[in-house]
Amino acid sequence: MAAAIMQGVRATKDLSSANYKRSCFATPRSLPERKRSSFVIHCDGNLTSGLNNSSSRSVRLSANAVSTKQENVAASTASKPGHELLLFEALREGLEEEMDRDPRVCVMGEDVGHYGGSYKVTKGLAAKYGDLRVLDTPIAENSFTGMAIGAAMTGLRPIIEGMNMGFLLLAFNQISNNCGMLHYTSGGQFKIPVVIRGPGGVGRQLGAEHSQRLESYFQSIPGIQMVACSTPYNAKGLMKAAIRSENPVILFEHVLLYNLKERIPDEEYVLNLEEAEMVRPGEHVTILTYSRMRYHVMQAAKTLVNRGYDPEVIDIRSLKPFDLYTIGNSVKKTHRVLIVEECMRTGGIGASLTASINENFHDYLDAPIVCLSSQDVPTPYAGTLEEWTVVQPAQIVAAVEQLCQ
Amino acid sequence: MATAKIIHNPLLISSSRSADKSDSCVKNLSPSSIFGSPSLGKKLFCVKKSVSPISRRCANVVAVSSDVVKEKKLKASSSGSNLLITKEEGLELYEDMYLGRAFEDMCAQMYYRGKMFGFVHLYNGQEAVSTGFIKLLKKEDCVVSTYRDHVHALSKGVSAREVMSELFGKATGCCRGQGGSMHMFSKEHNVLGGFAFIGEGIPVATGAAFTSKYKREALKEDCDEVTLAFFGDGTCNNGQFFECLNMAALWKLPIVFVVENNLWAIGMSHLRATSDPQIWKKGPAFGMPGVHVDGMDVLKVREVAKEAIGRARRGEGPTLVECETYRFRGHSLADPDELRDPAEKAHYAMRDPITALKKYIIENKLASEADLKAIEKKIDEVVDEAVEFADKSPVPPRSQLLENVFADPRGFGIGPDGKYRCEDPKFTEGTAQV
Repeated sequence: MAAAIMQGVRATKDLSSANYKRSCFATPRSLPERKRSSFVIHCDGNLTSGLNNSSSRSVRLSANAVSTKQENVAASTASKPGHELLLFEALREGLEEEMDRDPRVCVMGEDVGHYGGSYKVTKGLAAKYGDLRVLDTPIAENSFTGMAIGAAMTGLRPIIEGMNMGFLLLAFNQISNNCGMLHYTSGGQFKIPVVIRGPGGVGRQLGAEHSQRLESYFQSIPGIQMVACSTPYNAKGLMKAAIRSENPVILFEHVLLYNLKERIPDEEYVLNLEEAEMVRPGEHVTILTYSRMRYHVMQAAKTLVNRGYDPEVIDIRSLKPFDLYTIGNSVKKTHRVLIVEECMRTGGIGASLTASINENFHDYLDAPIVCLSSQDVPTPYAGTLEEWTVVQPAQIVAAVEQLCQ
Repeated sequence: MATAKIIHNPLLISSSRSADKSDSCVKNLSPSSIFGSPSLGKKLFCVKKSVSPISRRCANVVAVSSDVVKEKKLKASSSGSNLLITKEEGLELYEDMYLGRAFEDMCAQMYYRGKMFGFVHLYNGQEAVSTGFIKLLKKEDCVVSTYRDHVHALSKGVSAREVMSELFGKATGCCRGQGGSMHMFSKEHNVLGGFAFIGEGIPVATGAAFTSKYKREALKEDCDEVTLAFFGDGTCNNGQFFECLNMAALWKLPIVFVVENNLWAIGMSHLRATSDPQIWKKGPAFGMPGVHVDGMDVLKVREVAKEAIGRARRGEGPTLVECETYRFRGHSLADPDELRDPAEKAHYAMRDPITALKKYIIENKLASEADLKAIEKKIDEVVDEAVEFADKSPVPPRSQLLENVFADPRGFGIGPDGKYRCEDPKFTEGTAQV
């Protein structure tokens, strides 16, 4: 990767100093601890209810989650059981638990070891598990992805980190032909239990190549599952589920969500890869979303509630396959669907979801599905242009008002 | 950096295709060759390259020449016979090579008779490489191949029946008819696949070698498994080749990179595509031995393979081996093969590796002509039987369609009825829409 500029852990807080050169960090230790504590996005909720029931179809987070504001909510959660951590720490906790549980679980990627990962998801793991289990690879995405596949075929359970999701385009052949198809072409003889994960999505002025949403590229590869995490709670649960799955799973993380803070249970839990998450039950309209757009939706929801609407918000989480049960039940209740995604409009997740809902639940719809997606443009660098590229809360409010007329 | 025991001057390493000077060395250093010296080089491929000081230094450190290996061994065992193989070994090699040839000839017949379809790449002419290497492996060792993979699978122990049946697209094929000619797999025999795109198998092979190292060092298991990655001259200009040489040398992985240099990437001559056609030289550039060997001579290939596999097994790291070979047929059965010079084809046809081994066995009285005939008869029957088996076998049933998309079928997701789609009765009939 020529472009080794990336956002540090406090990228979401402080734009001006977020773009570090890799070379700034001479030692792995110099990195992480800088004042991320002051920046907290809370997705607060009743996490303790039903969490121990791993088969529960809907673990409800009454997420009052807002992505833009800094709120001082520490006091309100301090007395609850569980522990509070940031999303990237939740991912690491899930990873660490799985590495403790199964010695065949290993991590490979660029700067995952000594450096601790570009967003610190693997921080400290190399010291704990050694350089072989947390393998720093040369900058050769297609080859180290293929290597992970070969390792998976012969008994290991590798997690591949794309330093930035966009870099995985360079590994597209391995992800498509070998990761996705090899189980089938081998007549079921070889399994590829790998997890491919990394930071993606539109960040803050990272430029076109570092602001990609690869879910649209990957969605038609047969044999691959895709999930997107959006809260520390589901990040950890989905990470663990993805590692335990015998299928190749792509876990999408979002650069702007790594510093979300949430209290999660102390007890071990694993989520269901195929399940959507009910974020806010409502009656008037179903809003389907995932990843970062969940927070734009929840911001819009506040306004909508104030204006007398009662929207139902579902984080679909499983981008492939879709949880048509949860989605269908919601459609049958509200008869109106708005999809909000950060993906591109053409050939995106929203397009697939629209088709799927029309095929399965057309009779229940009282209005055509509305899909709000990013513009079909390379993500511009300029802040203003970038903002207009992705869906903003005001657009969501307007779309709901129109849908519910 | 240098772990190779035998240090060799790069000028002595023979590449008949590109280095004029080496011809004499080949003659001198090949007392055991079944062919004597290949003299084709000068006329057909007169690429002259001066050896730069830098490459000389690198090669001095790590390049190993098979001829030297051989000479050393011969000296060590000078009290015994001068032969490179025992009778049993000779017959095993002959049988495997003959099987490769007979099988591929049968494939051509079946293709023209409309029993198999698609792209079918035959291995004729290159048998010495597959046999020379793979017959030295244990069952636990892994083989990664390309689209020209039938014979690698056969050498590794996959039955002719299963491979033929796969080519016929039948349910009894080694991949249940889901792979085809270019995607042969066998978990039982650790054939990690035929890979149909150039270069994409090399990282997978590197990963299998990584597992061996991981088992030994992270899981503390007793593991000395080796992986062989086969690929051609065309692949050696692909990034994945270089990337994996780097990683394998960096981590000292137990892998051997076997280049089957048959001179042609479909219609692109190796010499037109490659700045320095001596592929073995790229090994030393990455800190691993690079060896050049006559790929039409199974005994030479075997000697080099022993050394390289032994190194890998001892944990001393990877080796790059360039086998100079030739394919007797077009790139695939769809290739009219009009581009290659008939003189060049005739030249290599004269050096048929199977004929040569036969000559060696008989001249050295390892076995009689009748012994070899008996093997040929047996193999012909095996191949005939494979065709019969494949022909009789059932085509895959519709219910098979969705079976191996996901190892865990929950990957098909939750349907509108709240059940996993894989629980839908139509799913097991293969008629569900997914």
